[in-house]
Amino acid sequence: MSATSDAATAAVATPSARPASPAALALARAARWRWWEIALFAALPLSWLLLPSQSLLLNEIAIVALFAVSLDLILGYAGIVSLGHAAFFGFGAYTAALFAKDVMPDPLVGLVVAVAASALLGLATSALILRGSDLTRLMVTLGVASILYELANKLDWLTGGADGLQGVAMGPLTVPGTSLAGFAFDLSGRTAYAYSLVVLALVLVLARRLVHSPFGVSLQALRDNRLRTASIGISTSLRLVVVYTIAAAIAGAAGALLAQTTGFASLDVFDFHRSAEVLLVLVVGGTGYLYGGIFGAIVFKLLHDLIAAWTPQYWNFWLGLFLVVLVLVGRDRFVRPWTWFGSGRAAR
Amino acid sequence: MLTLLFDGVAYGMLLFVLAVGLAVTLGLMNFINLAHGAFAMAGGYVTVLLMNRLGVPFLVCLPIAFVATALLGAVLERTLYRPMYARPHLDQVLFSIGLVFMAVTGVDYVVGSMQQNIHLPAWLQGRLPIEAVGIGKYRLFIIVTCALLTIALQWILSRTRFGSRLRASVDDPRVAGGLGLDVNRIFLATFAVGSGLAGLGGALGAEVLGLDPTFPLKFMIYFLIVVSVGGTTTITGPLLAALLLGIADVAGKYYVPKLGAFIVYTVMIAILLWRPQGLFGRVAAR
Repeated sequence: MSATSDAATAAVATPSARPASPAALALARAARWRWWEIALFAALPLSWLLLPSQSLLLNEIAIVALFAVSLDLILGYAGIVSLGHAAFFGFGAYTAALFAKDVMPDPLVGLVVAVAASALLGLATSALILRGSDLTRLMVTLGVASILYELANKLDWLTGGADGLQGVAMGPLTVPGTSLAGFAFDLSGRTAYAYSLVVLALVLVLARRLVHSPFGVSLQALRDNRLRTASIGISTSLRLVVVYTIAAAIAGAAGALLAQTTGFASLDVFDFHRSAEVLLVLVVGGTGYLYGGIFGAIVFKLLHDLIAAWTPQYWNFWLGLFLVVLVLVGRDRFVRPWTWFGSGRAAR
Repeated sequence: MLTLLFDGVAYGMLLFVLAVGLAVTLGLMNFINLAHGAFAMAGGYVTVLLMNRLGVPFLVCLPIAFVATALLGAVLERTLYRPMYARPHLDQVLFSIGLVFMAVTGVDYVVGSMQQNIHLPAWLQGRLPIEAVGIGKYRLFIIVTCALLTIALQWILSRTRFGSRLRASVDDPRVAGGLGLDVNRIFLATFAVGSGLAGLGGALGAEVLGLDPTFPLKFMIYFLIVVSVGGTTTITGPLLAALLLGIADVAGKYYVPKLGAFIVYTVMIAILLWRPQGLFGRVAAR
């Protein structure tokens, strides 16, 4: 929608003598790197250098951020409300853990395998989200996650059942194409965080290209009005399948990172809590601009640490209260405190 | 075999009473209320606490559970739920998940996380002396109670003035409002009754389903299955869906315990793929 108005202004601003079409110019302008994006990307390696003692926490934040970015692709850009996104996260985690345990301990190969497996799962289940209302989609995504949870629970010869998959030994992280000894995953989490950061940055760059491409713009169009998008000749089903598969692959990467850096995969990765939490993370950070997941993950994990240190058992209560207040105040208004005391309509 | 069928029917009836309020909420205001199980849990805890701490008889507890949760529902509807109706589904989902989390940990904090037991009166324990079919007396009690409730609900919906107002509001809230019906008040009453029924179901089901603070999370998906498979436009749709789910779940757990809840989820996904509006639903008018 904003793309069309941009296109219109571009058409006015640039006379027809220019060879590039107005739409292409508008796309290129929207895809330009903003100063805060550059600052954000610069902050990622700086956090590794400046906060070496916090690497374990930062690693968790990076993984949650990656997971939330994957959800943003389908929720923020394609408008699909999913209550079962943990299905792909967990699938990636179990695939990576099983691969490291039974096939080979190399983390990079394991990551690729887990991403491919999750993408396949996303492709297979994407047909389920094409039909029906929001409620149907909620139920189906929730159902898929529940089925995987049950599977991981019952197939105890493979997954360890309720005890989880223990004793996953990861090999050292080697740089492909070199014969260096590689970096072992240690207790301080320095290697783990660097690894997660690189994956996160790579995914962000790729996802950024994706959402600023014509494909990404058409996704937003179908989010805003699917019927209208379909009637101007854009195949909505195909786009939903593609973006769902990509999001599943990224969620699988996040899961694989978790399993590889902690050396452990348990039923918890499929839990409903995961799906609900990632929704919250994304919503706190804001949907539909790709970086919401990162800010949300930082806020969420810091809050979690703070409240859990104070009252570990009842942390969920405060999480729930936070959700209720967040929605009552309004998601878009929550990040803009100066609109709280004006009249409700002025903010919209 | 017949015993299984009987238990399944009892389970299904229970699920129906628990979920019918959700069907109305969803059908009437298009509101996705994941926190419905919290009302059922409230009813269950009211009963357990009254019986075990104050020694109130079981049959007296049931109406108290109904009234208490209906009041709770009315208060929450008035204060918290109403601003949510016009919001997008994502907001509603987040909001009700937040309520569930609060309810779960709140109960955990107040009562404790252990499973609560109900001591049934002696005349509801044991089985009827029929050899061929093992019929638990309590199961029979559940079926009779729920069947009576269903008939009463059906009668209210189809025969009374309130019922026709409610149906009008479900069909098209704007036109109903334009004709002078106070849709907000109708919805308040319906929400309260729906919550009350959930509370009653929770009280009845505390013995069968088990009652602990994670109840709303454990059964959330079951309620949603009943509603999404049964559709929200009729009362018979959710009833049939609940019976189907109850029988399938009991039989599945008996014959193939390895698979567990796996079958139920798979069947649900298959049905929703085949008919996204639910087995018995119509295509929504809006």
